[in-house]
Amino acid sequence: MVIAAPILMDTPPSAPAKSSAEKPSVRPMPSFVPSAAGPGASTAPIGKTLVDISHLDFFYNTSQALHDINLKIEAKNVTAFIGPSGCGKSTLLRCLNRMNDLIDGTRVARGTIKIHGVDIYQPDVDVIELRKRVGMVFQKSNPFPKSIYENITFGLRLQGMNDSAKLDEIVEKSLRGAALWDEVKDRLGASGLGLSGGQQQRLCIARAIAVEPEVILMDEPCSALDPVATAKVEELIQELRSRFTIIIVTHNMQQAARCSDKTAFFYLGKLIEFADTRDIFTKPANAQTEAYVSGRFG
Amino acid sequence: MSAPAAHLFQSQPNAARRSERATFWVFRAATYLVLACGLGVFGTIFFKGAGTVFKAEAPFINTTFFTEAPESLYIFEFEGKKHEMGDREFRAFKEKYPAAAKVKSESYVYSAGGIFPCIVGTVLLVIGSMTIALVLGVCAAIYLNEYARDGMFIRFVRLAILNLAGVPSIVFGLFGFGMFVISFGWHVSLLAGWFTLAFMVLPVVITASEESLKAVPKGFREGSLALGATKWQTIRLNVVPYALPGILTSSILGIARVAGETAPIMFTAAYVVRDKLPWDVDKAGDFFLQGVMALPYHIYVVSSKIPQNEYTERVQYGTAFVFLLVVALIAASSIILRNKLRSRYKW
Repeated sequence: MVIAAPILMDTPPSAPAKSSAEKPSVRPMPSFVPSAAGPGASTAPIGKTLVDISHLDFFYNTSQALHDINLKIEAKNVTAFIGPSGCGKSTLLRCLNRMNDLIDGTRVARGTIKIHGVDIYQPDVDVIELRKRVGMVFQKSNPFPKSIYENITFGLRLQGMNDSAKLDEIVEKSLRGAALWDEVKDRLGASGLGLSGGQQQRLCIARAIAVEPEVILMDEPCSALDPVATAKVEELIQELRSRFTIIIVTHNMQQAARCSDKTAFFYLGKLIEFADTRDIFTKPANAQTEAYVSGRFG
Repeated sequence: MSAPAAHLFQSQPNAARRSERATFWVFRAATYLVLACGLGVFGTIFFKGAGTVFKAEAPFINTTFFTEAPESLYIFEFEGKKHEMGDREFRAFKEKYPAAAKVKSESYVYSAGGIFPCIVGTVLLVIGSMTIALVLGVCAAIYLNEYARDGMFIRFVRLAILNLAGVPSIVFGLFGFGMFVISFGWHVSLLAGWFTLAFMVLPVVITASEESLKAVPKGFREGSLALGATKWQTIRLNVVPYALPGILTSSILGIARVAGETAPIMFTAAYVVRDKLPWDVDKAGDFFLQGVMALPYHIYVVSSKIPQNEYTERVQYGTAFVFLLVVALIAASSIILRNKLRSRYKW
């Protein structure tokens, strides 16, 4: 297993010099990470299998969306899911925090998804607990029509945290973590919807990391953003990878190449190839993968 | 035929242009007709009612009409002068001038005094029934939109709601009479009126609440659930607050209906006349079990249940004027409340 530095094949132009300078094999923890870290921070070491998907079949009513998926996702790595539209990559992502439960007629017909060795589809699983540990950032940024401060503290208040000093601290830490603090520190009381598209998406990331999840699922987080905002979010992913296990669905192959350690290529509901990102893009083992990453279809 | 075109884009009369103009005028005329109807109705009520509601000398408002109960009007001649007096005033007059007791007077029922008890009754009926309708309606809408899975049963429920909206108000009145007044033994009371009116507006409130809930973007629900909120926390914190302005908009329509309907309350809650005001009760529980006077029913009574003459007309139009005013005031306050909520949650 490679505990690799981020594979920045195509460093975004706006990336500060520091990010390329700080690319040693041991990633430094950003200064804002508290020593007594959240639930996920210390439980799974880098590179250990955290999410273990085996023989997963998934149905929307009678149509099968996922066929026999087998995938081991490593802790504190960035894993990218790529593939053409309708290949099942978002469906798989939404299986990981059981967001598909919201859709009528969906079911896991076979197989298991284990996180920390626990099958998250077994009947006694508390979905609420699962979602606290497996956060999500959506394709369309969805800040609540509340203030920036309330957006960040929403998840914490749900967990019963009311200590305003502590909330203030976490708001600052999360916004700094999402590289948004400097832009919004003077207007925390303003509506989250008054921000630009890119800022809104980073606010959603800040909201997700405020509850200290272990895994962050990102469903095409940049698809509605312009290149500059995309570069910022990608930079942010690099910052977050030392603290969180990130799984990102993307349509943008350059994005997968730029920010992920491992890449899974899906086609028609099947996992075609899963390997180190470098290998997927330079020497794919499968002909379909090669055709896709070289732009011959999809 | 027409003159030769002066240039390439010269406009020429043709069938398409003629029908264009004709349709334009049809639509415009229809719109203006609606406007004329509205102005006609409001204008008549305003001008005929203004004489009762306002008066020439300070304070320019006929306070008696707003603050007192209806009385009989007595008209008589005494010592060569013509007097118009309400019942109580006439009695006081007779005590002061015993000779007046023998004077021949004409009396007109309900044509003096005011309509204060009717205003109070209507406001109480509106507040109570809208509260019941909103609580029941919003709960049902949340269940239908957020919890229920589409199936035979839910489709049947929706059909029932649609049908309920088509039931004539007099049928609601009879239902309320049979159910609340007789079976439940509530007699003619505020409580019976509240529930009858609430059931009548329930379909409006449910349908509109459901629409407002549907208009809340799915992203808010998903975002909330993904942060570890339960379904109820999500609904309570991230769905209902944003739907509330829409729900209130629909309830404004409900207010106008509840305040205006006569048929549902005539068997269940309305008295022709009642001396006591609603708060004159021996014990608190009696408050809910008393009938009240109400503006629409009062209009009905003074327009069709008593002999008509120039004196009753004053009361009729005055009451109608005040009635519109009361509905406008209640609706305005809910519009203000809605706008406040809307500016708080904007997306």
